[in-house]
Amino acid sequence: MSVSNELTSAQRDDLRIVAAMIVPASDEYKVPGADDPAVQADMLATLGRDTALVAEALNHLARLAGKPLAELDPARRDAVAEEFRASGGAAAATLVRVVLQCYYRDDRVLRSLGLELRAPFPQGYTLEQGDWSLLDPVKAKPPNLRRAT
Amino acid sequence: MNDPVDVLIIGAGASGAAVAWSLADTKMHILCLDQGGWMNSSDYPSTGRDWEAKFYGDWSTSPNIRGRPEDYPINDDNSPIKVVNFNGVGGSTVMYTAHWPRLHPSDFKVKTLDGVADDWPIDYDALTPFFEENDRMMGVSGLSGDPRSPLTHPPMPPQPLGLSGPLIGKAMNKLGWHWWPSDTTVATMDYEGRARCINLGHCTPACAQGAKASTDITYWPHAIRAGVELKTHCRVREILTNEHGMASGVVYYDKDGVEQFQPAEVVIIACNGVGTPRLLLNSVSGRFPNGLANSSGLVGKNLMFHPYAQIYGFVKEPTDSNRAPPTCLWSKEFYDTDLSRGFVRGYGIQFGRGAGPVFEAVASEQKGILPWGADHHRVFRKLNGHRLGVSAICEDLPEEHNRVTLDPVLKDSHGIPAPKIDYTISENSRKMMAHGLARGREILEAAGATDLCINDPIPWGGWHLLGTARMGTDPARSVVNEWGRSHDVKNLFIVDGSVFVTSGGVNPTSTIQAIALYVADQMKQRLANLFD
Repeated sequence: MSVSNELTSAQRDDLRIVAAMIVPASDEYKVPGADDPAVQADMLATLGRDTALVAEALNHLARLAGKPLAELDPARRDAVAEEFRASGGAAAATLVRVVLQCYYRDDRVLRSLGLELRAPFPQGYTLEQGDWSLLDPVKAKPPNLRRAT
Repeated sequence: MNDPVDVLIIGAGASGAAVAWSLADTKMHILCLDQGGWMNSSDYPSTGRDWEAKFYGDWSTSPNIRGRPEDYPINDDNSPIKVVNFNGVGGSTVMYTAHWPRLHPSDFKVKTLDGVADDWPIDYDALTPFFEENDRMMGVSGLSGDPRSPLTHPPMPPQPLGLSGPLIGKAMNKLGWHWWPSDTTVATMDYEGRARCINLGHCTPACAQGAKASTDITYWPHAIRAGVELKTHCRVREILTNEHGMASGVVYYDKDGVEQFQPAEVVIIACNGVGTPRLLLNSVSGRFPNGLANSSGLVGKNLMFHPYAQIYGFVKEPTDSNRAPPTCLWSKEFYDTDLSRGFVRGYGIQFGRGAGPVFEAVASEQKGILPWGADHHRVFRKLNGHRLGVSAICEDLPEEHNRVTLDPVLKDSHGIPAPKIDYTISENSRKMMAHGLARGREILEAAGATDLCINDPIPWGGWHLLGTARMGTDPARSVVNEWGRSHDVKNLFIVDGSVFVTSGGVNPTSTIQAIALYVADQMKQRLANLFD
């Protein structure tokens, strides 16, 4: 059984809805929401060790909602989300983290943030020296190391 | 049975590697056993696009979350500070920030100077040549001449200040407080076969470039070339003793899980401040019913962590974010005792350059400053790439109720009882942390930061595992003597952070390794009468 199949269809539907509540699409910033199919596919493919806690969080969410999130009106959905964040504990935190860690490695999102679409290694980054004269006032002070005797 | 060796070292991390390398010139048969294996830098997080996500799983700093085969579980439920470490060749030098201060001379005399805890049986001067030797071996970058730190001679220039350093420097100058470029074990130029730092980002979960010093790429190649044997995936269960009360060798599980006995003339433990007491407490016999080397009853007691009080905020200017080593500056402004502050002893400050986008999103959402919904994008762009951090690393004083024992239920994958941590933050440390947070707030406000958040303490901040087999001259009040030999077992030595008497207010790895080299030197000077 694949990892994505470890969430039920209903859980996947709720995951998509809650992901969009966390990070909705934005025309202003030209970014998809976290319910975007590619972002969702990344989440389901890489759930791995987080699967059990995410499933637990989604079950908690379902209990709070009483029905699929998609069927709730916006005000009720927001109230459920508020309660979920307050009472969901480690499972809710894991779900939110999974959403964010997949969203913030999406090419379209990184491009919007002005970040490069690559792993840090092997290219690395250039770090400017900065203004070393800022240290002059510190150097001007007399040594002040507490003696051991 | 395996052939006997002259010296058996348990643990191939910071101190085990240093002591192995130093003893190699004796030409004795030296064997090191480590429960983990050699690292492969192509597996390190920064080689992949999912580098940040790995921090939360396979490359978590917590062994309980990471759960690699070489990790052992730790019951730290009864501690506000959770143990973090790394197991494998190189130990926690594979997974650390490379921040490289030394304990100060005054840290060795806290009883004399401040009337608390105990003085060490050795002083800073005894360690000076070993600090210097260790800095050369590990490859240290920094700027000599810090007026408020012990004099060092880093062989490489300091890291660039980058974008974040000047913001911090200006704020500290505005307040008139000390700051200085950190000594670090990040190579800023090609050094002894290591390539220079190319700013891969956060150094903590291992450096794919090899610019950060870890003992698998510093000490171990030299030690092995000099004849030291290192066996990996060998987990030691217990140390056995003979009819004379001397250590006779160890029982371990090899890479296939087969129980083995390895006889040895000398046993050196280098398993850190949790692993070492765990091993000693697991080494029970009729002669040593309370664990080996434990006639004082102090094995596992006096655990010191360094509570970290962290405050961070967000400035308008861009910071280095994930495009630089995480730390670059320190301050010793509040390092020494000033009783007008309401507590004794003090703390160092280490500054953080920033964070990557995933870490920023996750942390800020948890802190409640990054909202869900339509405003998420605007707020995230204000936060991401604009973080500055201030952490007070508070001196923990030894208290016997802070301790490592054996968990009655929890066991590792070989069935060996796991360690259990009982730890509380003292009132003195709490006052120190509050002071550090207040000063950190002043620093960040001077830098123009807003949206300030605190971690009090950093919960997964138990990097520094100290004090659980302390050194001293009195066998009733210490586990090892002033040169690392057990008071009870004359051929048993401890060289890791367990032997610390007090913790200082700085990261301890430099001092741990200096002590390991010092103990090795003492052993070499006393080879003719090592067991007298």
